[in-house]
Amino acid sequence: MAEMMFWEAVRRAHDEEMARDPLVIAMGEDIGVAGGTYKATQGLWDKYGPERVIDTPISENGFTGLGIGASFLGVRPIIEIMSVNFAWLAMDQIFNTAAKVRYMSGGQLEAPVVIRSPGGCAHQLGAQHSARMEKVFMGVAGLRVVTPSNPRQAYGLIKSAVRCNDPVFINEHELMYNMKGEVPDGEYFHPLEGSEVAREGKDVTLFGYNVSVHWCLQAAEILSKQHGIEAEVVDLYSLSPLDRKGIVESVSKTHRAVIAEEAEPAVGVGAEVMAILNEECFFELDAAPVRVSAANVPVPYNHGLEKAAIPNAKDVVEAVLSLYGR
Amino acid sequence: MDSVLMQEMLRDMLLARAFEERAAEEYAQGNIAGFLHLYPGEEAVGVGVIRATEPADYIVSTYREHVHALVRGIPAGAVMAELFGKKGGCSGGMGGSMHLFDRERRFMGGYAIVGETFPVATGIAYAIAMRELPEAVICFFGDGAVNQGTFHESLNMAALWRLPVLFVCENNHYQIGTEIHRHSAVTEVYKRACGYRIPAKKINGMDVLAVYQATRDALAQIRAGNGPQLLECETYRFRGHSMADAGNYRPRVELQAFEKTEDPVKIATAEALLPYPSSEQIIAAGSDNIERLASYLDRAGHITPGALEAMRQEVKQIVDAAVRFAHESPEPSMEDAEAALECNRHGEVLL
Repeated sequence: MAEMMFWEAVRRAHDEEMARDPLVIAMGEDIGVAGGTYKATQGLWDKYGPERVIDTPISENGFTGLGIGASFLGVRPIIEIMSVNFAWLAMDQIFNTAAKVRYMSGGQLEAPVVIRSPGGCAHQLGAQHSARMEKVFMGVAGLRVVTPSNPRQAYGLIKSAVRCNDPVFINEHELMYNMKGEVPDGEYFHPLEGSEVAREGKDVTLFGYNVSVHWCLQAAEILSKQHGIEAEVVDLYSLSPLDRKGIVESVSKTHRAVIAEEAEPAVGVGAEVMAILNEECFFELDAAPVRVSAANVPVPYNHGLEKAAIPNAKDVVEAVLSLYGR
Repeated sequence: MDSVLMQEMLRDMLLARAFEERAAEEYAQGNIAGFLHLYPGEEAVGVGVIRATEPADYIVSTYREHVHALVRGIPAGAVMAELFGKKGGCSGGMGGSMHLFDRERRFMGGYAIVGETFPVATGIAYAIAMRELPEAVICFFGDGAVNQGTFHESLNMAALWRLPVLFVCENNHYQIGTEIHRHSAVTEVYKRACGYRIPAKKINGMDVLAVYQATRDALAQIRAGNGPQLLECETYRFRGHSMADAGNYRPRVELQAFEKTEDPVKIATAEALLPYPSSEQIIAAGSDNIERLASYLDRAGHITPGALEAMRQEVKQIVDAAVRFAHESPEPSMEDAEAALECNRHGEVLL
């Protein structure tokens, strides 16, 4: 196991898959000569040339659709949308074409594209560059949505997504590209479905994904040291489909659940997990599940307001304590 | 031009007209539902363009694509059954009228979002270019689609990377109910290609021979590696936008101008009741591409009135058989729907 940064893990996955299969290409704004905003494709343009590492015009719907069209003929594009906020412009191609083409062609065509995009709230990027869009993508049949919380998952999820015949949306986080973590030295394919227990515990389950896994892990430490509560942290790296079985297994053991999400509460991961708990294991619950979500405003630019709008580990701790009436 | 080819194109056009008119009847009887966008009036474009392609070329089309599918060689029964939503349809009943697909015939689909097809076609062209194959993509679109961002995004990328794609505008002068001079600042679509350094031409889309020849020329340029081309085919649809549209559009100002002298309710009622023009009326108007080609072939001695009549009988039988096939085809099940969403799995890493 070597330690590497998140962006290095993303780059390594690109490099290995492109070296293996000449039909794997990368495309996006500034990913070639410039090496990518987050360095995720650094050096690949020199290695694989401009036809396979495509610097696109600023035409999100156009180039995402181009990748989708090419994938009909067996090309495997890894499309980078520079910021998930710009993915709104490509929704027509992602939802109407990629997610539906296999179905509406009666299984004749498929769109094996990988669409990666950094999202989430970084530092004071303002309302239009701080989007949390996973809830939008995970509600669409025909599209897989995964979201890595560490370099190992980032590497393994891209590797698996490139080999998968479904369109896969990978939701990354702008603050995590310089995060360090261990990645297996050999080739590693992370499952595209399921969940991971990031920390074992018996008293309460904390569900997180992407950045909120880290809030949950910090909260679990605080709960253990200061309150004698042993929290289990479940990493929901697959948002579509969600791991019903894993969610139910953990809560059947702990009987309590808190879901932490960076997004506004409505129609989100928290809402979906709560629905699953209702449907699958209502009578296992000792307390009503609680969501820890962002304030229902566009993300503020002002430093203090931004911090106040986005949850953190402390909010997760408080939510857990509320389950115990403390 | 080869007289056999000309007769084949006439037959295609007769089949196209007969198929679409029958589809309208089946819609009226409730056998076809949803939107149904019919092609009468525009046959010379689809037939001329697709007859000029090679089997290795790809077709990307819109929601008005039944005739494109037929000319490409998809059996009429499979097209009609898809309109019926039946399992024997060319998309297994999962697509419907607007989503006809046939991967083997490289008919890459009918798409129902205006402008959606430009990036898809450009991407297929990219995949062809990566493999350096002598193939091309035909991308059909209407005059209304050129105001979508994807038109400009895709023309730019196609020209920038010299991709083998032929953009074919079926300019029927209306985006649903809005006439072209009211939806576009520049009404000559071909001129827009200039902005992207794409050679473009405007042709009479009612003349199948002109369409055929222009397509051959454009494809030769594309296959020579000269990048994309654009053809604007001026045509006209005889019916409304879809079966849900009576076609009685009228600008408000125009209506207001008439208000003083005529009762607008009466006008609207009368227009809603306007029958589909009879073949005599269409011939009298002088714009029907089928009659134009038939009379040309007759005058040039390529076809006799008797042979023409036999051709009409033949296409009628094909359409009758297609409707029978569609009726007899089973309904798809929910299992079929789930299978369509999750099939073609091979060599994937999931778990």
